[in-house]
Formats: sequence, C-alpha cells, structure tokens
Amino acid sequence: MSIDLSDYDPGPFFDETLAGKNRARGYCKKLVNQFRKMDDEELAARQASADIAIKEMGITFTVYSEEEGNIDRNWPFDICPRIIPLSEWEKIEQGLKQRVQALNMFINDLYNEQKIIKDKVFPKEVLAESKNFRKQCIGIKPVRGVWAHICGSDLVRDTDGVMYVLEDNLRVPSGVSYMLENRQVTKRVFPELFESYSPLPVDDYPTLLHDMLASISPSRKKRPEVVVLTPGIFNSAYFEHAYLAHQMGAELVEGRDLFVDKDDCVYMRTVKGPQRVDAIYRRIDDEFIDPEAFRKDSTLGVPGLMRAWKKGNVGLANAPGSGVADDKVVYAFVPDIIRYYLDEEPGIPNVPTYRCMYEDERKYVIANIDKLVIKPANESGGYGMLIGPRASKEERDTFVKLIKRNPRNYIAQPTLGISTVPTVVGTKLEPRHVDLRPFILSGKQVSVTTGGLTRVALRKGSLVVNSSQGGGSKDTWIVQDKGN
Amino acid sequence: MLSRVAEATYWASRYIERAENTARLVRVNYHLLLDSPKGVSPGWQPLIQILGLETQFNKQFKAANERNVVRCLIGDLNNPNSIVSCLKSARENYRTIREIVPRSGWEKLNELFLFAKENAQSGITQRGRDDFLEGIISGSELINGLLSANMYRDEAWHFTRIGRNLERADMTTRIIDVRSVDMLEADDAYESRTIESVEWISILKSLSSYYNYRREVQVRVSKTPVLEFLFQDQQLPRSVLHCLFLVGQSVSQLANNEQPLNTLEQLQNRISRQNFEKLDQEKLHRFIDAIQLGIIGFHSSLQKQYFLPS
Repeated sequence: MSIDLSDYDPGPFFDETLAGKNRARGYCKKLVNQFRKMDDEELAARQASADIAIKEMGITFTVYSEEEGNIDRNWPFDICPRIIPLSEWEKIEQGLKQRVQALNMFINDLYNEQKIIKDKVFPKEVLAESKNFRKQCIGIKPVRGVWAHICGSDLVRDTDGVMYVLEDNLRVPSGVSYMLENRQVTKRVFPELFESYSPLPVDDYPTLLHDMLASISPSRKKRPEVVVLTPGIFNSAYFEHAYLAHQMGAELVEGRDLFVDKDDCVYMRTVKGPQRVDAIYRRIDDEFIDPEAFRKDSTLGVPGLMRAWKKGNVGLANAPGSGVADDKVVYAFVPDIIRYYLDEEPGIPNVPTYRCMYEDERKYVIANIDKLVIKPANESGGYGMLIGPRASKEERDTFVKLIKRNPRNYIAQPTLGISTVPTVVGTKLEPRHVDLRPFILSGKQVSVTTGGLTRVALRKGSLVVNSSQGGGSKDTWIVQDKGN
Repeated sequence: MLSRVAEATYWASRYIERAENTARLVRVNYHLLLDSPKGVSPGWQPLIQILGLETQFNKQFKAANERNVVRCLIGDLNNPNSIVSCLKSARENYRTIREIVPRSGWEKLNELFLFAKENAQSGITQRGRDDFLEGIISGSELINGLLSANMYRDEAWHFTRIGRNLERADMTTRIIDVRSVDMLEADDAYESRTIESVEWISILKSLSSYYNYRREVQVRVSKTPVLEFLFQDQQLPRSVLHCLFLVGQSVSQLANNEQPLNTLEQLQNRISRQNFEKLDQEKLHRFIDAIQLGIIGFHSSLQKQYFLPS
C-alpha cells in the first residue's frame, strides 16, 4: 500500500509541508509525490538505511550513564526533509544578520562606553543582575568590535505561520556538525530527490568558519595557526569539536595542550616543541577558560589565556563575556537594541515578551497568567518555569507572589504552538514539532548557514526537541520557489 | 603533532600489546601447569609478582590460586593491567585520536573490547580459557596488521610503533621471567632436565617463536640458547633486541631525539653484552629486572622529550 497522507492531521498547528488536508505546499509537491510513490515497507526501509548510514559514518552524541560512563549514541535522524522556500529564507537571513550585528554592537557598548544605558534604552539594573556579564572584559575592544563570532539563534514558527526568534545562543552554540552530516545522509538515502530538487548546498560552512577564525588572528602569517579548544571526550558535543577541527584541518586541542609563555603569547605543546597559536575556537564556557581570570578550580582551561587575549596576541571566538546578550531579560530588549544601534525595524520578530519590571507589562502578566509562560531571568534548561495553562490555581498564585516580590527577575511569553513536519513513525508519516537553529558567523563579513539545523520532537505531541530528551533532527532544505 | 596526541597514540598501542601479552602469559603458565608432573607445579602466584600486581591483588583476593589469579588478569576492572582494563584504556586513548588512526582500527578495537568484556567470565573457566586467550591474541594481531597496512608513515605511526615494540620487549622479559621465578622454588629432581626442556618449549610457543627456534637454532631446547634467542636474536620479531631495534628506527625519525636515542642505545648494549651461560636463576631474574628498569628509563626519556608534562 502506498503512503497515504489523507489521515495526516497537524491539528491547529502550522505544517511546514502540507497546506491543508492531503494538499502539499507548492514547494513541497515533489517531495510529497515522492512519498506517495513509496509503500509502507519502502518508507521503513529508507529510514532503516539512514540509521545504518549514521552508524557507519559514526555520527554520535555523547550521553553520560552511571553504568557505562560516557557512551556515544547514534544521532537520531528523520529522513523527511524540512523545506523552506528561498524567498522566505532570504528575509530570515537578512533578519538574522541584522540581529547579530546589533547584538555585537550592544556587547561592545556594554564593555566600553555603555551609551545604551546612558541613553536610557537599556536599564542598568538589568545589567547589574546579569549572570554572564564579565567585569574582566571591561574596556576590551576585540578586532572589528565583534564579540559573538558564532551565534546560533533558535527560530520557531507559531500557528500564525510567522517565524519568531525564541532565543539567541551566543556562548558556545552547538549542532552545526549535525546540520552538515544530515545532508550527507539524505544524499545517501534519498538520491532521487536531488534530481527533482536542487537544495542549496550547506557544505561551505567549515571553510567559512576557518576564514572567520583566520580573520581574528592578530598575526599577519599567511597560514595562521587555528585550533579548536575542547573540554575533552566527556563533553556531549565532543563529536562536533573533533568534526569541525577535522573539516577545517585545524588541531583539536585540550587546555593542557596550550600554555601562555612569559611573552603573553599562546603556544601548543607538540613533539617538535612549542608552536605559536593565533586563533582559538573555544568550546569551553567562559568560567572555565582561564583559572587565572575566572574559576580557579578549572582544569579545562589555559592559565593566562585572558592575558594573552587582552594583549591582542591571540584571537578568541567567541570572545569571553559574549553571553551577556544571551539572557532572557536581555532578549526582551533585542527589538529595542536593533532600533537603537541600527535605526531599523527588526526583520524577524521576537516572541512577544512581557517584562515584569515594568508596571503596565506586569499588570498584564498577572491578569493573564493562565495564558502565559513565566520564565525566571537567570535560570536555564526550563528550571523555575510556570506554564500558565497547565498550572493549578495554587501554582499560579505562588508565581504572582514571586513576581511581585522580585519583578525584575521575571518575563512572560504567550504559549506557542510550534509548527510540524511529516516524520517517519514506523511505516507512516505523522506530524511532529520542529524548531530551526541557523548559525551566523561574524568576521570580516557576516554569513548565515543555508538553512540550519532542524530539530524535531520525536515523541507525539512533545515540544522538546533536545537530543538528550528524545529529540531528533532533519535535513533542512532551502529551495528555489520561483516558478514552482 | 600535539604532545598529548603522541602520548595517546603511544599508550593506545602499548595497551593493546599489553592485553595480547597478558593473554600469552596466562596461556604459557596454564600450559606449563598442564605439562608439569605433580609436585613441580609452577603455581599462579609468580604471575602476580612478574606483573608487579602484588599490592593490588592482595587487597582483593586472599589466595593466589588459579581462579583468583586468572580472574585478576583477565577481566578484573580493579586491576588496571587486566586484559579488559587494558583494552578499555586503549579504547579511551583511541577515542581522542580517532581522526588520526584508520577507522577500521578503531572499529576492530571496539569489537575486541566488547569481545573481552562479554567473554571474560568464560575465560576464567578452564574450558573456555584457550578460546578466550586466542581471541584476544588474534584480535590484537588483526589490529596491528590493519595499522601496519594502512597508517600513513608520519609521527602518529612512529609513536604507534614505538609503543607496541617497547611493550612487546617488556612483556617478553616478563614471560621469560615466569620460568626464572618458578625455578627459584624447584629442586633438582630426577626429571628436571626433561621438565626444563618442556618448559622452555612452552615459553617459545607462547611467544610464537618455537618453530623459528627449531629452524634457526637447531640445538636442543635448553636455557642458554633459548635465552640468547629471545633476548639477542636480530631477526626474531618478539626478541627483546629486535623490538628495541624497531623502537630505535622510529625514534630516529622524530625531532630532538638525542636523549631518547642515547638511553635506548645503552639498553641495547646491556643486552648484547650479556652472557647467558653464566646466569643462574637468581641472576637471570636480576638481569630481567635491570632490563625492565632500562625500559622504564627509556619511557621516561620519551615522556620528558615528547609528551605533556605530568
């Protein structure tokens, strides 16, 4: 029996592939027709061959288990690609560039003149409470004023069909290696689709990344020494660190491979002796990169690294302290930040966010708490959150008290109905929720990955796309839609 | 090449070789035991001594009987030198250098580790033992073959080769030591000459060197010619001198190698000069100790020159 989509029902959610009952969106028609040509068995067989390819290619992520220590799990991948038409993507791309540019200006301003505070656009109380503001970075002006060289912004599409930015990851965003590998897998298991479509290629990312890193090297060497600094094999993203280093032809180093000499330059220890390092793509959090400047108990970092960086002897991506702009309360100000620095309207909207520190917004939040998600500013990973529609009366009342006691610590957002994409479940296609993480590189130029990493919540009805909690991923295609 | 990567490559290769040779050691002792008449049994205690595991062993086990010793050497994760532990350490080192070694090498090592882990229990039993040990030995040989056939001859290859041959030299001395320790306890029984011959044959076999000996040496298997063969022969793959020769070949391809090469040369001279005729068991044991210390000294010079400061 061939694959039948007449039972496919995304409910109230926006579906990325189907526009209505059994009706494909224009740019998805060939994809849907391809599926209609398959029968149940073939669909399952294709998914199985993707799983085998992932195993053979060694695409893994690391999870910790009490019993076995760290184990590598195969990366969960779904064969049905998520398609975005180029006309829409071009707007998203512009919006992301604008956003990251403004965020970098904002970070640079906070560590230097603080004009945005003096002009009363950004309240200094918010900065005072920021967990990720690093006073060690005050007065530093990195090359071209760029702090967040690699940014991963999470986008979601609500039931209204509009793409919103949910958050910006400005510290050490991960996932780009899976975006690259997903394309390789799709080429292996779905080659005929590439005949009818020509999705724009994604594989220039390692080259762009290397160019960007070379561009922040203070040395004028023809081939600056670029390295990837990893916390080591126990890190959940170790696969990605090794992958990117390999793809760029850069050394993959750990903290103990590097040292800062009396000349305040960074060297790596090699069998031929010390070798100068010019630019570091660090995948270690701020707090751990230099025990002299930050946490003294860190064994992952390099003593003296901040010294070398401040002296301008090494490039660091991302710059320490970039995380100040990656904070839930700061997020609420991003539209204002864009207007302030660029005098433009944001290209991609924020999810509407109510800041409890302002009286009118707080009043709205309290009056509508049953419809909102309340998030504390300084927590991550979903801790200390209230999901209004699912909470009991008592829980809501508790949160109202919490908000009144410390309004500056809370923001609120409407609950989102994020979009769906057909996903293989056994021998059928069913709707599953997705988000999208494009990566933005800022060096001499700003560039955005073609599409990004689409993460999918594999459990029915689930909105959790995280790979450690039952999330998977999909290849993301940007396709020409003109003439389709 | 990064010092850390060089060190990981070196240790991965030492651990694989150590697992293989521990299997050979258990096998030779086991076969000696089967061949010995009652009363001249070599026992299992010497293995613990030879591998320097007394403290570790005594913490966990009361009696140095067959079952406990074999268990400690094969599958005990508390013993960092057990076969399973060695393969685990090799695998952990390999994980950090996956981009450097051929993919097939990593896959085979994974398989070997899983084989060891899953079959350690049956390796403890007398019936399952030979299959288990053979599986470990041939698995390690397969990995060595894969690496030799596929690795680019850069620094990673040289550290792989140094690690493997240094460990092999060291373990050859330990396997010979099984014999010397044993004889410290035996008395001059009537049958001792025959038993002696049988025991040396067993040692040759455990080092896959018996037929080589037969072809090249051609005299009756006895102490002096066997020791000369296993220590000094230039062509025998597992002879101590040959292993050190291969180590030297690779070290001479590295930068700044003066100190390690000097240390190695002294060790090689010490072995070439030795006259085995004059060695009684006690002196043989001390000679072996001296060679093992020499190997440790050479390792330290490598560590100092090429690896991360600890």
